[in-house]
Amino acid sequence: MWRRYLLAGTALWLAAATPASAFIAYVSNEKGNTVSVIDTDKWAVTNTIKVGQRPRGIEFTRDGKFVMVAVGDDDTIQVIDARTQQVVDTLPSGPDPELFTQDAQGKLLYVANENDNTVTIIDLEKRARLGDIQVGVEPEGMAISPDGKILINTSETTNMAHFIDTTTHQIVANVLVDARPRFAEFKRDGSELWVSSEIGGTVSIIDPAKHAVTGKVTFEIPGLRREAIQPVGIGMTKDGKTAFVALGPANRIAVVDAASHKVTKYLLVGQRVWHMAFTPDEKYLLVTNGVSNDVSVIDVPAQKVIKTIQVGELPWGITMVPQ
Amino acid sequence: MIRWLVGAIGFCVVATHALAADVTEIGIGYLGHTGVKPKLSLVEQPADNDGIAGARLAIEDNNTTGKFLNQHFTLEEVRLKEGDDVAKAALALAGHNGFIIADLPADALLQAADALRDRGTVLLNAGAIDDRLREQDCRANVIHVAPTRSMLADALAQYLVWKQWKRWLLVAGSHDNDKLFADALRRAAARFGAKIVQERTFEDTGGARRTDSGVTLIQRQMPVFTQAAPAYDVLVAADESEVFASYLPYRTWDPRPVAGSAGLVPTSWDASQDQWGAVQMQNRFLKLNSRRMTATDMQAWTAARLIGEAASRTNSGDPKKVFDFLKGPDFSVAAFKGTRLTLRDWNLQLRQPILLVDGRMVVSVSPQEGFLHQVSELDTLGVDRPETKCKLR
Repeated sequence: MWRRYLLAGTALWLAAATPASAFIAYVSNEKGNTVSVIDTDKWAVTNTIKVGQRPRGIEFTRDGKFVMVAVGDDDTIQVIDARTQQVVDTLPSGPDPELFTQDAQGKLLYVANENDNTVTIIDLEKRARLGDIQVGVEPEGMAISPDGKILINTSETTNMAHFIDTTTHQIVANVLVDARPRFAEFKRDGSELWVSSEIGGTVSIIDPAKHAVTGKVTFEIPGLRREAIQPVGIGMTKDGKTAFVALGPANRIAVVDAASHKVTKYLLVGQRVWHMAFTPDEKYLLVTNGVSNDVSVIDVPAQKVIKTIQVGELPWGITMVPQ
Repeated sequence: MIRWLVGAIGFCVVATHALAADVTEIGIGYLGHTGVKPKLSLVEQPADNDGIAGARLAIEDNNTTGKFLNQHFTLEEVRLKEGDDVAKAALALAGHNGFIIADLPADALLQAADALRDRGTVLLNAGAIDDRLREQDCRANVIHVAPTRSMLADALAQYLVWKQWKRWLLVAGSHDNDKLFADALRRAAARFGAKIVQERTFEDTGGARRTDSGVTLIQRQMPVFTQAAPAYDVLVAADESEVFASYLPYRTWDPRPVAGSAGLVPTSWDASQDQWGAVQMQNRFLKLNSRRMTATDMQAWTAARLIGEAASRTNSGDPKKVFDFLKGPDFSVAAFKGTRLTLRDWNLQLRQPILLVDGRMVVSVSPQEGFLHQVSELDTLGVDRPETKCKLR
């Protein structure tokens, strides 16, 4: 009997001892068919969750209770309960889902289906498919404007950012960007949309009101051939001042002054860096390194890589609890 | 009379509709030849629509993009029979198409190119791998999407050297194309530091490719043919004519791997390629054509995509504008090979990584790491600018 009390007491003490700054990151491992759970206090993997085949796009629900992960080769999105860290449900995503985004209320999910040239709309509460929107060839990047009115989808072979009205579900504009656009991110104030072009090697800055490319972020790394610079994931600080761009096989994160659109620094990370997520306090940025099977931790104010965490096979996406 | 009238009204309606939407029509011709070259392996037997099937998919892809830009792409196919006049056929196609994708042997391609020379029609070579078309016989109105023999040979050589299989036993067929591939392999060996320890020729003495008595004879023939060779690491076969190379794996006198025209084969595309988003394209192709995608399909797809890409960037279907953009510094195209593809401005050859495949899997992709180049590592494959004999005219 006393033993049980002691155990419970120890558990309580352990829970209390965990500092308030600890966050949990979920990393999808594309080849491992797993999701690694990272504790940002210990900077270590605390759990590995088995999921479906080829997990890539991964995101917390807005309420922070669930983690959704697109398992492309199983043609579905799995739902992980963040409390039990177990797969509890699936969503009817359409074939080969890769990336997705939610509306501000967390009620609707928009999924890019690469095989079908469509974006699928899912009602998250009812777990039901509401409809499809026809877009360009190989839809991939997804973003929603801060005011929730416009959904962005990028299509990799059509090379466009499609502007979709979220009420009518009609395409209202198409903006041509450089080859193989993979990721889209709005500035928090909605003044700019950034779209990375993996093969084009640039990030296009789009004026969302004018539907026009107004600038481009270009990258140049001494000693590295141009073809190796393949921008993918983008992260932007809440104040809209600094952006981080993952450069794929260039093995670097570019730090970009979001006002001048100029690169101020390149941070060497692991091999083939894909995507990234900030801790909610924006002290740290975690980036996934596909080929070296690890996650690099960047100290955001210092702009320095401070740690590397081994995860599963071919890490791809990453998400952290929203705040 | 009434029927004629109705037809005419119908035509008017269609015409007005097209005018109202202001759709730019972009016609692409496809000039191929009938009859497929037989392969030793039944599995590799090309389909009747080999090549054009890829162009058809690209037209669909172009039109998905085109509907956002009011551009509409069409494909018109002409197949030449033995003895047909190439120049005449090319001119007829050029009558309503500003671009022609060609899957023709070298001499026929040159005839088509020269016939179209003053018309402003852009010819895209999706079939012929002959180096001479990009060198002494190069033409200013031809873009080469197919890789060259020397690019294929260099891609293979880089991998074999990286693997430390540097001692080659070279076996070449007795036909002209086999000899050309053997030349390219010799050049590649010299460039990348491999040594050809001995050369042998496999004479084509004729005969049927498939017989009821099957492999019994081959099993006796191949070990004998490869015996008493000096010490070697890999047998490299040059057999574009499909006479013997596919019989070599597992039948060599010494237990050695085979590469070149069988075993580990350099190619622009393979049905097993699934890296860099290629699965989506393989799926689209399978859905449209109910078969897997070959290298010729991919070359034709890329050719039609080149036109689509340039048409969307220039917002034009004008062959001259599109061609100028393709030749300019801003052009690049994505083709599921992990890197942008661009044109070599001195001979209009498309730079591209080359896959090394074993028939079931992609084993590697060249250029290999460590083979460096001051401009583009893709230029470590094939004849480079300082060596070129091409003067574009």
